[in-house]
Amino acid sequence: MEFAPLLENLLFDYTFRTVALGSATLGIVSGALGSFAVLRRQSLLGDGISHAALPGIALAYILTGSKDQVVLLLGAGVAGWLGTLLIIGIVRNSRIQNESALGLVLSVFFGFGLVLITFIQKRPDASQAGLDTFLFGQAATLVKNDLITMGALGAAALVLMGLFWKEFKLLSFDPDFGQALGFPMRVIDVLLTTLIVIAIVIGLQSVGVVLMSAMVVAPGAAARQWTDRLGLMVGLAALFGALAGVSGALVSSSVPRLSTGPTVVICVSVIVLVSILLAPNRGLLWSWLREQANRRQLQVDAVLEDLYILAVKHGDIGRGHSIEVLRTMSIGHGGVDRSLKELVKEGLVSETGEGKWALTPEGFEAGRRLESSGDEER
Amino acid sequence: MTTVQIEIQLVAALVAVTCSLPGVFLILRRMAMMSDAISHAILLGIVLAFFVTRDISSPFLIIAAALTGLLTVSMVELLNRTGLVKEDAAIGLVFPLLFSLGVILISRFAGKVHLDTDAVLLGEIAFAPFNRLELFGYDLGPKALTVMAVILLVNLIFIISFYKELKLATFDAGLAAVLGFSPGIIHYGLMALVSVTAVGAFDAVGSILVVALMIGPPATAYLFCDRLSSMLTASALIGVVVAITGYWLAHFLDASISGCMATMAGIIFGLTFLFSPGRGLVAMSLRRVRQRLEFAQTMLVVHLYHHEGLPEEEKENSVEHLHEHLRWRRSFSERVVWFARERELVERQNGFIILTERGRAAAQKAITG
Repeated sequence: MEFAPLLENLLFDYTFRTVALGSATLGIVSGALGSFAVLRRQSLLGDGISHAALPGIALAYILTGSKDQVVLLLGAGVAGWLGTLLIIGIVRNSRIQNESALGLVLSVFFGFGLVLITFIQKRPDASQAGLDTFLFGQAATLVKNDLITMGALGAAALVLMGLFWKEFKLLSFDPDFGQALGFPMRVIDVLLTTLIVIAIVIGLQSVGVVLMSAMVVAPGAAARQWTDRLGLMVGLAALFGALAGVSGALVSSSVPRLSTGPTVVICVSVIVLVSILLAPNRGLLWSWLREQANRRQLQVDAVLEDLYILAVKHGDIGRGHSIEVLRTMSIGHGGVDRSLKELVKEGLVSETGEGKWALTPEGFEAGRRLESSGDEER
Repeated sequence: MTTVQIEIQLVAALVAVTCSLPGVFLILRRMAMMSDAISHAILLGIVLAFFVTRDISSPFLIIAAALTGLLTVSMVELLNRTGLVKEDAAIGLVFPLLFSLGVILISRFAGKVHLDTDAVLLGEIAFAPFNRLELFGYDLGPKALTVMAVILLVNLIFIISFYKELKLATFDAGLAAVLGFSPGIIHYGLMALVSVTAVGAFDAVGSILVVALMIGPPATAYLFCDRLSSMLTASALIGVVVAITGYWLAHFLDASISGCMATMAGIIFGLTFLFSPGRGLVAMSLRRVRQRLEFAQTMLVVHLYHHEGLPEEEKENSVEHLHEHLRWRRSFSERVVWFARERELVERQNGFIILTERGRAAAQKAITG
């Protein structure tokens, strides 16, 4: 696929534009709200909600006979919400833990949804096309009216998130403190969960019930690597979500027999991988480099300290010591050659003769400081 | 019942029992969602192994899928250990990726492959009887039956031979580590078991419904069992009930068998959750109501006893007054008085409540303890 025609399509082609706008919307909303789920260690709740939405979609279709997106999404939302309430109810009234309740509700709702779908498929009057797309998603099926629904729902969810920003922040970081301040934390919890249900419902047609959970978790998890501030994290997560949504949807729309859901998931996983490896401060690459630099510094310090000890024992700063002696003293550290070169560059050590090294006066002073600080620590 | 029907039910029951055994440990170790992750991720292993062997019934598929299951577990742990991602998020990141790769491979090569996304989600238990195992010209029944029986045997051998270790590592991981049992080995052994079981069940009921069978029966058993051994037995029995009732539900609705099994798992859990004697929601609320009434009845007799024979007795000991004095709603006061009269602790005499001999004794006992 060439880049130029893709861009041209993006700007002028109706289907491409619809698909791109729709996926961007779903990415922004699920990324932003998913951040809270990630922070609250409820990443798998999205998995439960999205699977639980399936019977809602099928029932809405059976009851109304309409394939109107608003009706189906309403069914999905109600079922997803009911599933969440059931999870909470089971955990509160029995010894079943959250994880098990989640898995149970997820799989039972989904199974029931599949029963309903096979049931619909056998009805002579209806073609079930359209319902199948809700399993793995097909962004190419989006039309302008869908965009309006998605946009309205998404905007409402984001506005509410903005209005209750402070409350959601409290809920994510210190719910007990919030309770003590007199905020109704349970109500806020339900509100946030409802918004997450909305975010998931928006994405169902494009990404599908099976994989929508990834769009809740992954953008937030990726954004978390880049920043320690909530506002920035939510913004970045929205950006990552949109990026993954648009790229995945466009690729799947231009390749035949490629569902959007899996494609989007692969795009978002790449973003997560890059973030985990490369994000400044937290990224694995940087922490590895930092570790290497620390190790170097320790090696250099060890050589400096050894030279200082030798100078003190011999009572003579100017006397040179051979590199073999230093190597023997620093067994387990290694890198004596490189350390000496570095010390020479810093003007702390000088070469007194063939393979002999001694401290400069500055080096002696530095060694003394190092030694005494080490003593203090001990 | 035709032979085909009997065979389908046999396979279904076997799958359910096999899934429920490792499921018990998943529930107790709070790792229920791991079954979700593994059952999704093994799809990639199955597809990749299929591309290599070009044979959907090759036992190599089971091995490859089980390895993918273990890969999932270690990837989750690796991510978790970087400290950058919490465990729940790690699970939520790993399995959608592996599952997506599997789905894309299937759909890109659909047509050439005897695997489609419907089979991934629904399984093909209805066709299980038509795929038969023949050895030296003898018909040994459906192949799925043999495969699941072998996996069940493996599960049983593992659980029986490491029963003590599993029990210890599940209920007191710290003590297990101190005593020198490696929790890591037990953990990975269990995960391997879950993976192999999921692969076997995957063929029959599809990836997501494996989760229903792994979590549903053990979660139901957990509602009323207090011993590991009884929980294992109860889960297996509930699994059989789920399988048989699910099959017949599907038969009457003419719908997906695996979907109906998952639905039945949910219904049976729900019924147990509501009506299980002693711990069910209904029993608990009834007990709560009863305790409230008993407490109120004690309050009532103490109140009456307190004012008995004193000048204000007439005023204090009317039903109307209870509202004022004990802050009871009128309807509740009536219920408490009725409750106490049933037990012959009080009597009603022209609008007043007076203590009986028994009531007086009860009040004295409540005061002196």
